[in-house]
Amino acid sequence: MQYLMLIYHAEAETSKRSAAEMNALHKDYFKFTQEITDSGHYIGGNPLQPTPTATTVRVRDSKPVVTDGPFAETKEQLGGYYLVEAKDLDEALGIAARIPGARFGSIEVRPVAAINRAALA
Amino acid sequence: MDLEKLHREESGRILSTLIGLLGDFDLAEEMLQEAYATALQKWPTDGVPANPRAWLISTARNRAIDRLRRERRFDTKREEIARHAELISPAVADSDYSALSASAADSAEEMFPDDRLRLIFTCCHPALPTEAQVALTLQTVCGVTTEEISRAFLVPLATMAQRLVRAKRKIRDAGIPYRVPSQEDLRDRLEVVLLVVYLIFNEGYLASSGDALIRRELCAEAIRLGRVLCQLLPRQPEAQALLGLMLLHDSRRDARVSSDGELILLEEQDRGLWHREQIEEGTRLTESALRSGAAGAYAVQASIAALHANAKTPQETDWRQIAGLYDILLRDNPSPIIEVNRAVAVGMGRSLEEGLALLDDLEKRGVLSDFHLLPVARADLLRRLGRNAEAAEAYRQALGLATNDVERRFLRRMLATLAS
Repeated sequence: MQYLMLIYHAEAETSKRSAAEMNALHKDYFKFTQEITDSGHYIGGNPLQPTPTATTVRVRDSKPVVTDGPFAETKEQLGGYYLVEAKDLDEALGIAARIPGARFGSIEVRPVAAINRAALA
Repeated sequence: MDLEKLHREESGRILSTLIGLLGDFDLAEEMLQEAYATALQKWPTDGVPANPRAWLISTARNRAIDRLRRERRFDTKREEIARHAELISPAVADSDYSALSASAADSAEEMFPDDRLRLIFTCCHPALPTEAQVALTLQTVCGVTTEEISRAFLVPLATMAQRLVRAKRKIRDAGIPYRVPSQEDLRDRLEVVLLVVYLIFNEGYLASSGDALIRRELCAEAIRLGRVLCQLLPRQPEAQALLGLMLLHDSRRDARVSSDGELILLEEQDRGLWHREQIEEGTRLTESALRSGAAGAYAVQASIAALHANAKTPQETDWRQIAGLYDILLRDNPSPIIEVNRAVAVGMGRSLEEGLALLDDLEKRGVLSDFHLLPVARADLLRRLGRNAEAAEAYRQALGLATNDVERRFLRRMLATLAS
C-alpha cells in the first residue's frame, strides 16, 4: 500500500530555530530519506515553502477565485510530505515515527486510495 | 443444539478464523450469517455435525470462495483471496461435515487456527478511537449484537452502527494489519487491549442506568475476554492481574445491589453472598501476577480488591496495607481519584482525622471540584466521626454533583439516616 505522510509543524516555532539547529535538522532529514530509499519504502517527498507563500484557488460559478494563504488556518501547518510504500499501517506508522519532524510536530498518515483505472476507461 | 448459544460462545472464534482466511471483516461476517442460515435449515433434518464450529467455518468459507470466484472478473484481488482461502484449507463439502466422525471432525478443526488474538489486537488497534475499539471487540470477538451494544452504552442504534462501519472501513482502507504485534510492540499494544477489556467490565459494573441484564452480561463478556487473553497469551502478568481484578469485583455481584436495585455499601453487604470460588481464583491470579515481579497497575488494584474480598468482616479489612497499595498506585499513576481512595484508606486504617485532613487538603487544591466522589468520601469520614451536621452538608454537596440515579437515591438515603 502507499501512504502519504503529511508533516505538520508550528511555523512560528520553527522560524525561531538557529542556523545550527536548522542545519542539524536538515542533516537528519537527509539521513532519514536515504534510509527509507535504501529500504525500498521511499516513493517521493519534499519540503514545502512556508504558508505565507500559499495561494488557494476555488472555482465558483465557473470562475476561479484566488485567495492568499492556506486553505485552513491551523495551529500547525503543513511543511512537507513523504509518499512511501509500506505493507500495512503498522509499517507505515513505524516509518512515520522516524521522520525527524515527528519529534516536535505531527505526522498525519493517510493511505492512498486505490483507483480502479480499468473501471474508469 | 441451541444455535443462539453456539453463536455467543463460538462466533468470535469462528469469525477470527474466517477473517484470517478471507482477509475481510465484512465478507467474513456476511458468510458466517449465511452459514448460520444454512445450519438452521439443515441441522434439524440432517442432524447436528460432530464439530459444529468446523462445519460453520467450512460452510462459510466455501460460500466465500464461490462468491469470490463469481466476482473475479471484476477484481483480481478477490481471486487472490479465494486462492489463498483454498490453499489454507482444502475444500470439504458441507454435507461431508455432518458425516465426519468426532475424531475426523477434530482433525478438521486443526486446519482452522484459533485467530482470536489477531482479531482482538486488530479491534484494539491504537489507530482506532477507544469507543470504536470497545464496540468492535464486543461485536466481533464476543458476538454481541449492535443493538445490544447500543443499549449497553446508551448510544442510539444508528450511531453505534455507524461507529462500527467506520471502524471496519478504516481497518480495511488504512491497512490495519490482522496480526498479533511483534514482541517489541506487544507490551504497549497489550496495554490498549487490557484497557478495552477493563472499560467493557466497568461499563457493566459501574453504569447504573440502562438494562441490568445487559450490564451483567458486559461483565461476563469482559471476564471471558480476560480468560481468552490469559489462555492465548500466557505469562503476561498484567493480563492475569486484570482477570483477577475483574473476578474479585464481580464476586460481589449478588451482594452489592438490593432486590429493589439499590446500591449496598461494601461494609453492609452480606458477605455470604460473595462468590467464594471466584474470590479464590481472583486471588490466585493476583498472587501469580505479583510473583512475576513485573506487577503493574492492574496487579496493585487487584491486590486491593483481594484484601477487601478476603476480609471475613468489614472490621478485619487490612486498611493499612490498602493505604500502602494506593501509595504505590499513586507513585506510578498520579490521579486525584486515587488520592481520594488513599485518603479513605488512611482514614480507616490509621485515624479518621488524618484521612479527613487529606481530603480537606484535596478540596483546598480545588481538584475534582465537579465530581461527587470527594464530598461523598468526606461525608463518610465525618459521619464516622459523629460530626453529623458537617456530614449532612457534604452529602448535600455530593447530591448537587451526582448525576446517576442510583447514586442520588443512595445519597438521599444517607441524608435521611443522618437526620433520624
